[in-house]
Amino acid sequence: MIWSKRNILSHSVTDKLVQWVLRFGAVIAALVMLLILFFLLRESWPAMFQLAPARFLLDASWHPLEASYNLMPMLSGTVLASIGALLLAIPLGLASALFIVFYASAHLATPYKRLIELLAGIPSVVFGFWGLTTLVPLITQWHPPGASLLAAILVLALMILPTITLTAFSALQAIPDEFLQNAAALGMSRWGMIYGVALPAAQTGIVAGIILAAGRALGETMAVLMVAGNVVQHPTTLFDPIRTLAANIALEMAYAMGDHRAVLFVTGLLLMLLVMLLAATAGWLRRNNQDWSSSA
Amino acid sequence: MNKWLLYRDSLVQWLIYLAVLAVSTVFVWILIDLVRGGVSHLSWDFLTESPRDAGRSGGIGSILISTLWILMVALIAALPLAWTTAVLLAEFVPAASRFGIAIRFSLQVLAGVPSIVFGLFGNAFFSIYLGMGFSILSGGLTLACMLLPILVSTAEAGLRAVPQSYRLSTAALGMSQTAALVHLLLPAAAPALAAGLLLGIGRAIAETAALIFTSGYVDRTPGSLLDSGRSLALHIYDLSMNVPGGDQPAYASALVLVALLLCINILAMKLSYDLQRRRIIL
Repeated sequence: MIWSKRNILSHSVTDKLVQWVLRFGAVIAALVMLLILFFLLRESWPAMFQLAPARFLLDASWHPLEASYNLMPMLSGTVLASIGALLLAIPLGLASALFIVFYASAHLATPYKRLIELLAGIPSVVFGFWGLTTLVPLITQWHPPGASLLAAILVLALMILPTITLTAFSALQAIPDEFLQNAAALGMSRWGMIYGVALPAAQTGIVAGIILAAGRALGETMAVLMVAGNVVQHPTTLFDPIRTLAANIALEMAYAMGDHRAVLFVTGLLLMLLVMLLAATAGWLRRNNQDWSSSA
Repeated sequence: MNKWLLYRDSLVQWLIYLAVLAVSTVFVWILIDLVRGGVSHLSWDFLTESPRDAGRSGGIGSILISTLWILMVALIAALPLAWTTAVLLAEFVPAASRFGIAIRFSLQVLAGVPSIVFGLFGNAFFSIYLGMGFSILSGGLTLACMLLPILVSTAEAGLRAVPQSYRLSTAALGMSQTAALVHLLLPAAAPALAAGLLLGIGRAIAETAALIFTSGYVDRTPGSLLDSGRSLALHIYDLSMNVPGGDQPAYASALVLVALLLCINILAMKLSYDLQRRRIIL
């Protein structure tokens, strides 16, 4: 009988049974992560132990069919594109969050927040397609070849902006009203209040959001693949085409065999570990965030 | 307040307005571009016919069917796991217990894993190790792994938002925890579960990178779950990158995909917004 217990002090048998079923489901859900890690390790094993890891740094170039596996140009492309996107998306994203919380009137704040949420729902392949058909031709007119680090940065910035805005928004909203009221009572100007009180109080939440956005930028595949030109090289200017690690996997998995395939799994593993590290940092920041509700 | 502070304040204000204007403009620009490029190619025939000549002519009928099948497989595999996990985390296990922390951490990591890495894993595990090959089944199961974190976190948040007094009342009436869950807590959290489900569906049909090496490229109507099937997002990628002259149908497909996603996301927002309002009245 699931309706009621025979005695409110005893545990119902159904409850125990249900709990074990639930536990079983949860353990499977948690095992998925380990399974992914295990299979990435298994597939990249040959590359990590038969090739010397130093070859990923020191080989002459990336020519996998001639067994030459230098990952550095793609790593620099990935990192540069992510940093560029962050430099662009952080000010725009923070400004958007400040607009929603402090500057906009109520009937403007909600629609703008909805717009950002909808922007977050646009698929990466559509961003890539739009970049390919609109941004790349524009950049070509300015400075050929068009498909370049700059195009990758612009598209990535658009994609990670919602993450930054929405996390900064919730961090700013969690600040207790008294903080802002006290600041206003002290006669601080609006920007003085934001810069001196609101941003420091919301700092950890904002930084956690930026870290999450960085993780997304590092791992983004399709949009970057479609606009970045995919030439394996260290870029020297914004207009040089680049290839990122994630795009490289998508481009070469189809025909990769043997060591080549294993090296692609190594890059996948590398990306996963990088993102895990970033996620753990963001989670740690969030947990150690001051809980304003209890201290205020 | 001195004059310089007033100038600085209005300068910052204008900068912020400028940023907001820029972001809104780009969003509208993307939408207008898609509509302008795709609307002329869009017709009922486009939605129902199969692609011909690598997608240059014909429609996206078979692609939509494959997308739907992949989505179904993903949801059937992910929903039971995700919702049992969410119920366990919200109702049965203390948030600070080691078991709860371990599960939550692994889901957090899963949420951050790039989709191409899911693709690699799906290819190695489902396609090759389990021998499913390039098929709807292996693509759907790969997507299921990807959807787990978002489904769990939305459902758990929905359950936690049910007022504590509900649980106390059921306990006082001598109802078992299961009965409370089935008759009170889950119905009360249903809109949140539905909103999470919609977000998950949106994520799934937006996905490309995880499907290239799992569900494959074949653009025919799939005959069984073990056939390869091309999803809509992948179709857009293929048309724009590999098919010269595929821009028109690519625009139209992108328009269909974005319109679908906007509807799904707006519905999800509406559900969670109504939920918030109802809670204020309670």
